[in-house]
Parts: sequence; structure tokens; C-alpha cells
Amino acid sequence: MTMNERKTIDLEQGWEFMQKGITKLKNILEGLPEPQFSSEDYMMLYTTIYNMCTQKPPHDYSQQLYDKYRESFEEYITTTVLPSLREKHDEFMLRELVKRWSNHKVMVRWLSRFFHYLDRYFIARRSLPALNEVGLTCFRDLVYQELYSKVRDAVISLIDQEREGEQIDRALLKNVLDIFVEIGMGQMEQYENDFEAAMLKDTAAYYSRKASNWILEDSCPDYMLKAEECLKREKDRVSHYLHSSSEPKLLEKVQNELLSVFANQLLEKEHSGCHALLRDDKVDDLSRMYRLFSKIPRGLEPVSNIFKQHVTAEGTALVKQAEDAASNKKADKRDVVGLQEQVFVRKVIELHDKYLAYVNDCFNNHTLFHKALKEAFEVFCNKGVAGSSSAELLATFCDNILKKGGSEKLSDEAIEETLEKVVKLLAYISDKDLFAEFYRKKLARRLLFDKSANDDHERSILTKLKQQCGGQFTSKMEGMVTDLTLARENQTHFEEYLSNNPNANPGIDLTVTVLTTGFWPSYKSFDLNLPAEMVKCVEVFREFYQTKTKHRKLTWIYSLGTCNINGKFEPKTMELIVTTYQASALLLFNASDRLSYSEIMTQLNLTDDDVVRLLHSLSCAKYKILNKEPNTKTISPTDYFEFNSKFTDKMRRIKIPLPPVDEKKKVIEDVDKDRRYAIDASIVRIMKSRKVLGHQQLVMECVEQLGRMFKPDFKAIKKRIEDLITRDYLERDKDNPNTFRYLA
Amino acid sequence: MRRSSTRKTGQSNSAASVNSSATDLFRSASSKATSKELERIDQLFYSYANRSSNLIDPEGIEVLCSDVEVDHTDVRILMLAWKMKAEKQGYFTLEEWRRGLKALRTDTVSKLKKALPELEKEVRRPSNFVDFYSYAFRYCLTEEKQKSIDIESICELLDLVLGSQFQAQVDSFVEYLKTQNDYKVVNMDQWMGFFRFCNEISFPDLRNYDPELAWPLILDNFVEWRRAKHS
Repeated sequence: MTMNERKTIDLEQGWEFMQKGITKLKNILEGLPEPQFSSEDYMMLYTTIYNMCTQKPPHDYSQQLYDKYRESFEEYITTTVLPSLREKHDEFMLRELVKRWSNHKVMVRWLSRFFHYLDRYFIARRSLPALNEVGLTCFRDLVYQELYSKVRDAVISLIDQEREGEQIDRALLKNVLDIFVEIGMGQMEQYENDFEAAMLKDTAAYYSRKASNWILEDSCPDYMLKAEECLKREKDRVSHYLHSSSEPKLLEKVQNELLSVFANQLLEKEHSGCHALLRDDKVDDLSRMYRLFSKIPRGLEPVSNIFKQHVTAEGTALVKQAEDAASNKKADKRDVVGLQEQVFVRKVIELHDKYLAYVNDCFNNHTLFHKALKEAFEVFCNKGVAGSSSAELLATFCDNILKKGGSEKLSDEAIEETLEKVVKLLAYISDKDLFAEFYRKKLARRLLFDKSANDDHERSILTKLKQQCGGQFTSKMEGMVTDLTLARENQTHFEEYLSNNPNANPGIDLTVTVLTTGFWPSYKSFDLNLPAEMVKCVEVFREFYQTKTKHRKLTWIYSLGTCNINGKFEPKTMELIVTTYQASALLLFNASDRLSYSEIMTQLNLTDDDVVRLLHSLSCAKYKILNKEPNTKTISPTDYFEFNSKFTDKMRRIKIPLPPVDEKKKVIEDVDKDRRYAIDASIVRIMKSRKVLGHQQLVMECVEQLGRMFKPDFKAIKKRIEDLITRDYLERDKDNPNTFRYLA
Repeated sequence: MRRSSTRKTGQSNSAASVNSSATDLFRSASSKATSKELERIDQLFYSYANRSSNLIDPEGIEVLCSDVEVDHTDVRILMLAWKMKAEKQGYFTLEEWRRGLKALRTDTVSKLKKALPELEKEVRRPSNFVDFYSYAFRYCLTEEKQKSIDIESICELLDLVLGSQFQAQVDSFVEYLKTQNDYKVVNMDQWMGFFRFCNEISFPDLRNYDPELAWPLILDNFVEWRRAKHS
């Protein structure tokens, strides 16, 4: 049959035919015994539509067919679907809904195939919704609109039941929620507005109730366990039946109700809160606390504050402990850094190790906690103990490790590790320049009196200090170590010189260490009257040194020398290892049997302080080389001294120590002086580049510039500014007395 | 600035007319102070001056003071020195004498005596007082490279110069200076700072004093001392 001869199908007629097909489909959906559509059935139905749409007007029934398509759904829904849903409730209703939706989708699929020709031309031409869309919209407008709130409530109720521990049909919920998503036809609006919003609200209310109870009944760790568990479950819930987009919103609500709202109460719980956990080293609970609080906005701040307070308190307690121990010390040992103070440093190191581990392990290396640790240590590390500043304590601690007889029991690795930790502590001390000066003084002692245990360790700590504080910090110290190496070389050359010039030989074995002035601490050089034997030594060395360099001046520091003397005592001759000062005093007795205090002082040309100290070491200490008249425990200017020929000891060779002068005051003075110069230089540097600057700004920049070495106090800076004004480096601005101008 | 000679209109530029009248005054002053008056001024100078040095020295000043019936420690003598722009404490040169008396328009002792109250009023005007105050300090620097004045003298000078205006502050500060040990001298910056202090800081409560500002350290210490004393 050709198209021209095709018989025109009348609308009613055609629709009657279509209706049969639609009814067949409905029966299949209802589960009634009905054979499936054959391909011929399908073709006939499709062709009927095709023909009715392609007929010449007035028999082109596209519009009518389009309407009837929609009406088919509406009719079915209204007569069958809705009633069946209305009569069911709760879970049954949900099941029915899932079934009906599934059926509906099938119906839409089939009908839109039959009516497909409309999709091809009619819909496009009139810009109308496609068949698929029409079908789904019917369900949405008739079924969904009416039932969604009931459905939503049923779902939420099931969710709450599951929260209470009951088993629910998760697959069902998934299917129901899929409807919310699919009914949006590409948009999430329905899901979000019609379901999610209410679900979130309900969730918040649920957890709010729970939290209110738990916070009163449970300890902090228990509460946190519950919270963690809840969050885990909610996440699980999402993966099983909620839409993935709900996850962040859901978790946020739960976190808010469980954590944010009760954060402070939780952290500050009397016996189980953050303080208590820290006190009792509850590492697991603290880790959990970190995990939970890191999720809420600014949740970690209060935790890190409590951490800081705790560490500060622990540190301050150590300081007090050390202070108390020190106040029980004997009065004469008050100013000397003793064992207790060393113990204190060790404890501080241990404290640091402990809490650094916390920061790394429990608190996941978070910067907030690093900062808290740093600030805590800065508070108590700058408190001195028993009159000694922390800078001094630390320097003494290093000295003990590095000197002979200090820490020989420790392995090399242990020493390295300890040095590493000490350098780290230095970062917290604000008076770094004071530490440098004490360290330098003690290093000098170690190097000059051959008290250094291990060269490698000495160099190693200098490297670490350099890394932490910069090259300028360690340049002098490195110079000192180098000087010693050079000195040894120099000594070899000196010995060669002596062997080549036999008449230059002073008759005594002489070792000279030449120090570069700028590197070493300043030493007062007194004009000691050397014994004749030694005078020749000095001469000889001077001549030798002239052959090496012509432009340098040698200043002899006799206070640092050592001497080996043979004492011809009656029982036996013994070798005495003494300082040059002590040797000079002893040699006086080769010429006289008995000498008075003032005679000795005149002949040696030293100060009272030095004379008292050295005579004390020879007559009132462990080894009595000289007899003192009267035989009291202290030296007085009216005493008389005699060589003690009866002296002996079981050893052949003894060392007679001369206790060093306390350098503390001098160090502090020197550092204060250097600081004044440093502040001056800093102010001038800043003003030179800025030309005009306000007072507060100047002070701030000055503090920042000098911060690496020490914390200058405001008054000190002000004083230097005023001094610089008097010296015409700066002037006050005429109009604004709070501003300074640089005077070129 | 347009020169007044180019002006053709009757309206005169007010600034220009002030300038010209000032010039006139000067001219008239100097013209007044010609011949007879200049002569008298010089004569008066020589009546007090030392024969050999040709300067009025401390003795001469004492005589002058008794003539004008003012104590030689009175602040008005200092004011006179200021007017003369005298450089050396205790001495007046001929040039300084001329400068001062010409400016005061006096050529006799009695006129000078009568001019003193006016002079005081002039000095105490805020626009002049700062200058006078700093002059007072410089006037007391007797040695060549001297930059500061000892505490004793400062206390006297403070009372002399500021006593009438800021008695309470001066008395308190003087008490502090006499009891403290940190400072043995006071320099110009600190001197000027104290004047600013009197003008800006409410006394005796010191409510608006902020040590974080650039007040000289001596004043920070003074305030601290006062607060400790009165707490």
C-alpha cells in the first residue's frame, strides 16, 4: 500500500487501538497473567502513532495524542496507584512506593517508545517537554507531591530507629531516597529541600539530646569514644543509603552537636578533661581528642591552650624544685652552678622530649601545638635558678658533657643526641648572647687546660650551634678551636728552631700556645715577676716568633699557664703540676726559707686577690706544700710561709688545683656592654635607612633585629636613643616629639 | 609673592601691607634709635662695663640689677638676657646690649625698669616662651663642649623659669631629681621634654602619661617614682 492510498485513521479509532496496548501494559505491571509484547505488537502500536501524526490535516492528531499520552498516566495513577499507596503506612507504604515507582518507570519507557514519533518532530517543533519528562512529571505532580512528607517522616523515623540500635532495611531506604534524587530529573532540589533539610534538622535534634545526657554522665574519654563511634556510624549510613552529597552536611551537624556545642565543658571536665589526660599521660585519648577537635572550626585552639598551660606548669614546677633544692645548699656554694642545677637542665630536656613526642604523635605535628610547646618553654626556660640564668646553666651543662671526666660513661651517640637537644633548648632562651659568652669562657678553659674530652664533639656542637644561630654566633669559637690546631703546628716549628739553635735553649721544656686576640675572651694580663728561669723562656720564644712574623705583638697571659715542678721533699721527690702563678710563688722558696705574705706579694707583683687564692691552694687545701704560720684555714696579710719539706703523698705526681675566679659577674658585664653597642648599631642602622621614624616603630624594629641574640628591654633602647641624640646621630622631629630624624 | 610695587589698584594686599608697615616700624625704630638714643645706650653700657674687658661682667650686672631694683637671681634678668640674645652667662657685650635696649626702646635705667613688666608679658606669650625656655638652658652651658647641666643647677633653673606657671610639677620633679641616683646631669632633650610634660600631661593624676611613647627616660622614671610614692 502506498502512502496516498493509506486509509486515514480516525482519532477515536486509533486511540481505541492504542488503549488496548496501554491496558495490556498495565496488566503486565499489575502482575496479571498477560503475555509480553511481541515485536509485531510493538510495531503496530508505533506505526499507529506514526500514521496518526503524519496524516494530512485535519487528521494530524499530534497534539491530541500528546495530551492523551499524558492523560494515560494521570488516569492510571489516579485510579490505581494513588489509592494503593494511600491505604498503606510506614514501612509498607515505602515498599509500595518503591514498587509503584519502579512500575511507573517501566510504563514511561514503554509508552514513550510507542509514542516515540512525537519526540522526533512534534515536541521539538513546539518546544514542549519530551515524552520521558512528561511521564515522570505526572508521577511527581500526582504521587510525589502528595506523599513526600509522609515518606520523609517514615524514612527519618527508620533512621532514628537504626540509631537506637535496631535493624532496618537499608536497601529499602536506598531505593526510597533514590526516588527523591531521580524525581529531580537532574536537579538535587527535591532531595535537598524535601528530604535532606528535615533529616539534618532531625539529626541535629537527636544528637543534641544525646549529647546533653552524655556530657553530664560520661567522662571525657568515654564521651569522645561515643562521639567517634557516632561519626563513624553516620558516615556508614551515608555510604549505605543516603546520597553522597549529604555526607559533609550530615557530619557537620553531628560534629556541631556533639563537639562544638559542648567543647569547653568537655575539655574542662574536672577529673577527665584535657588537663587530666595530659597529667595522666593518656596518649590514646589525647590522640582521639585531636582527631575529633580538628574537625570542628577552631576546635584545636582551646586544646592547644590547655596543652600550653600544662607544659608551662610542669616546667615552672621544675624550676621551683631546683630553686628549693638550691636554697638548701650551703651559703658559700650559693653562686656556683652545682649538681642540682645540672639535674634541672637534664629534666628540662626530658620534659621537652616528652612533650615533643606528644606533638608529633598525638597532635599530628600540627603547627598550633608546635607553637604552644615553644611558647610554654619560652616562659619557664627564661627563669633562672638560684641566681644563675638559664643561659649560664645551659653553658655549664655543655661544659660538663664536653670536658674530661664529665660524661665518659655515655656513648658517642648518646653524647651527640644530648648535644643536639641542648642546642634545641637554646632556641627558647632569649639571652642567647649570654649563653655564647659563658660557653666561650668555658670552651677557653677546656682548650687551654687540655680538659676537652673529645675534639669531634667540640666541633660537632659548634656545627649545630651554627645551624641554629648563624655563623656569627660561632665564628669566634671556631677561631678558638682552630687556634689550638695552629698552636700545635707552631710548637713543632719552635722545637725545630730550638734544636737548630742550641744556645737559644732556655734549659726548660717550654710549650707556648699563641692565641688570636679577637677570638678568645679577654684576659687581664698582670705583670707577674717571673722567676729567672722562666724569663729566659719568654725571651727565647719572643726571638723565635720574630722570625715568623714581624707585625704581631705578643701579650703574655701568665694566669693561664701551667708548670711541672719537681719538689725535693725529704720523704721523696715529687712532681707537682701547678699554675704558673703557683710555680712562681714556690720558686721563691729556693732562695728564702721563710717568707711573709707581703714579701711574697711584692716579689710576685700580683694583686691581693690573686696572692690569697694561690697561697690558699698551696697551704690550706688538700696538699700542704707550704706551712703557714699561724695554721688557720684562711690567708691573712700577716701570715708567714715556709717550705714544707716533710710533705708527701702516695702518688709520685700530683696536681694542685687553683680554683678559677668566678667569671659570672664579668661575663654579665661584658654582655651588657656588648648589648649597648648592639642596640646603638641597630638603631643607627634602622634610622639610616628609614631617615624618619616614629618611636614605637623604631623600638619594634630594633627588638626584631636583635631578637636572634637577645631580647632588649624597652628602657635600654630608650636610653640608647637618648644617648644617640646627645651624640648628634638623631634628633627629635620639631613638630612631632614622638618621631626621630636621622642626622647624616 | 607679588611685589607691592607692581600693584596699581587701591586695594592693598594685606600681607604686603603688614610687611611694609613692619619695615616702616623697623626703619622708624632704628631711625628713632639713631644719634641721641644710640649714644645714650652706649653710654649706659660703659657705665656698667668693666674698664679693661669692655664687657659688662657679673659685678656690673649686679649693679645694674640694683639700679632697676630687681634681684640678680630674678627671672626678669634672664629674660633681659634672652632679649639681648646674650651668649655668655654673666656677661653682656656691647652688641648684645645695643640689641636688647634697642628692641625694648629704652635708653635710660628708669625706662629699662619700666620696660621689664612688658618684657615679661612678651616672654610669657606661648609663641615666645618655648624659645625662652630652651634659651635658658643653653645660657647655663658655660664650658665649650658642655651639653648638660648638673642636677643642682637644673633644679634652680626649673624653679626660676617654670615655677610661676607649673609650681606643682616643678616642685615634684625637683624632689625626684634630688632623691634619685640614676642621673647626675640633665641634657637639652630632657629639659625640653619636661616642658612638654607640663603642657600635655594632666597633673597630679598623670592619667594620660604613656611610657611607651618617646618621653625621655628620666620622665618615665619620674612618673614611676611618683606613682609608687602616692599609691
